[in-house]
Amino acid sequence: MTPETAAAPVMTVIEPPGRVSGAAWREVWAFRELLYFLVWRDLKVRYKQTVLGAAWAVIQPLATMVIFSLFFGRLAGMPSDGIPYPIFSYAGLVPWTYFATGIAGGAASLVGSQSLISKVYFPRLLVPLASVVTPIVDAGIALAVLLALMAWYGVVPGPALVLLPGFALLGLVAAAAVSLWLAALNVEYRDVRYVMPFLVQVWLFLTPVAYPTSLVPAAWRWVYGLNPMVTVVEGFRWTLVGTPAPAPAMVAASLVMVAALFWTGLGHFRRTERVFADVI
Amino acid sequence: MQTAVRVEGLSKQYRLGEMPVGGMLRERITNAARSLRRRVHRLWTAAPAAGPSTRTIWALDDVSFELPVGEVLGVIGGNGAGKSTLLKILSRITPPTRGRARIRGRVGSLLEVGTGFHPDLTGRENIFLNGAILGMTRREIAAKFDEIVAFAEVGAFVDTPVKYYSSGMYVRLAFAVAAHLEPEVLIIDEVLAVGDARFQKKCLGKIDEVARGGRTVLFVSHNMAAVQRLCTRALVLEKGRVVFSGEPRAAVARYLAGDGRPKYVARGRTGEPQVLRAELLDASGRPLARAFTSDPIVVELEYVVPDGYPDTRVGIGILSADGVPIFTSEPSDTGARAPSAPGLHVARVTIGADVLLAGDFLLATCLWNGADVLDWQEPALAFAVDPGTSAVYAEASTRKGFVQVPCRWTFEGAMAGERRP
Repeated sequence: MTPETAAAPVMTVIEPPGRVSGAAWREVWAFRELLYFLVWRDLKVRYKQTVLGAAWAVIQPLATMVIFSLFFGRLAGMPSDGIPYPIFSYAGLVPWTYFATGIAGGAASLVGSQSLISKVYFPRLLVPLASVVTPIVDAGIALAVLLALMAWYGVVPGPALVLLPGFALLGLVAAAAVSLWLAALNVEYRDVRYVMPFLVQVWLFLTPVAYPTSLVPAAWRWVYGLNPMVTVVEGFRWTLVGTPAPAPAMVAASLVMVAALFWTGLGHFRRTERVFADVI
Repeated sequence: MQTAVRVEGLSKQYRLGEMPVGGMLRERITNAARSLRRRVHRLWTAAPAAGPSTRTIWALDDVSFELPVGEVLGVIGGNGAGKSTLLKILSRITPPTRGRARIRGRVGSLLEVGTGFHPDLTGRENIFLNGAILGMTRREIAAKFDEIVAFAEVGAFVDTPVKYYSSGMYVRLAFAVAAHLEPEVLIIDEVLAVGDARFQKKCLGKIDEVARGGRTVLFVSHNMAAVQRLCTRALVLEKGRVVFSGEPRAAVARYLAGDGRPKYVARGRTGEPQVLRAELLDASGRPLARAFTSDPIVVELEYVVPDGYPDTRVGIGILSADGVPIFTSEPSDTGARAPSAPGLHVARVTIGADVLLAGDFLLATCLWNGADVLDWQEPALAFAVDPGTSAVYAEASTRKGFVQVPCRWTFEGAMAGERRP
């Protein structure tokens, strides 16, 4: 027993579900080491008994890039904002691969932690959060490869590079927001599992990974921006490889969308989390 | 005296039946459609509104108690009595439907040994992961690490993935982590049913040590000896209600006596082989109110084997009141052939006269397929045996042990009257 707990004992009050208490983030903070351990576990376990190990983090976006470059870049002659097509598509694939991995992992996270949830108490928020934090490591490795590719093609980032962390953060929050919704829905409706591959595929088509946003009529860009990944991908390209900056209306639409998704997702999660153990 | 745990009118309702739990959206929609159709039908026929369309069960019904700091509370009761539900609510895993509980101090709960262990991680890695899941900080775990490894007796295997551990090592490591968590209130579900006898003893010793350190312990067990030895008070639950609260010895007696006849409560799962009913009968097939050493005891089991469970076998075990196995029995012992087809079966097992000595016993039932246990109920029933008119007690009014085994005695040597020099 530590002196401070002896001085002011924690008082736990257990009551029927009703109002949602605001102590959620304080609790998540108190359990921050568990978040670290969950991420650490996922990283450790992921590449155990694999031959290629962490190389998988690079193979996936790199192989997609090669296919995109061949079919869209070379054969279809897709415009790429004046940047070599391989760099163009790979710069989009880095945030996209992160997002796709994050939401797929996030959606399956609670159901995958079934035994934990029905036997141990801890802030449930940590589970989907951990699954959007884990792929950051892979994204980091993929980003290092992008920098190497840029050096190879002689592409140098401009001063906009300082804004890259902002777009990365937007991608993280977007993945977290979608994961909060999907993870909680999946507990009640296992249909989510079947929707996921389809959702990720459609979302990829709605995101300017293989094609540039400049193909979308300027008047419609803000509608296009309601898909927050549009801004994230365009932001990555702008800050790293120097494509035109994303339109302010589009960025604004994305920010509003992410905020709305995150707020409602968090609310829905908090309302349903207490009964997870009963329905999971 | 400060109160560590105060529980007021705690109740938990579960829905059974129609409502799919964790089901598919499609089922929800069909159910909604069905209930709408029913409602329309009712309007049409002007039939009186029936009760709610979903059956509910109160797993916990208006439970109240107070536990002062430093006491050890034993929670006992049969299957389905609400013990685990109570611990789950107090561990904040599931919310109550009504009532409230206040707990002073950090709560540590161990509802299952090895929750959160990852088979691919090593013993060392799992100690840190499991510790974090149970609410310890990295620094606390590091400080206790050597102690945990020593207690678990895994030694050289600490850097081996736990999937290569024997089940004994796995359980030891899991308990060791939880035992070194130092909460002010420790909640433990039946975790001591695992591991070998020596390790169980060590675990009980550790719980005792925790309690002596001034911490409060809540503890569910079927081990009546442990309840009597460790607990300072006990709570007997029956069908979600507190039927007795007080001194542990009296509580154990109350639990073993039950409400007259011993009762079996089925687990209520579906789709898996399970024992639905267990009853004690006399030789003529009448329900037995009281068993006697002098009379045969017939155990009647009704069990269901669904399709897809070939080669399901049935067996029983008799245990002492504190959970020590005395003997087990299965049909093949005497060459009897148990039915192997799926369906509902009734088995009768006769324990002959003059076998069980007077005392308190537990009956365990088991369905298994030769490799895996499919349904294991321990205890399925608790019952008492009286001496009756047994010849076993002709010479001595008390006998040691649990069973009488017919042994053959022969003598040789000195004849009457003869004496060696």
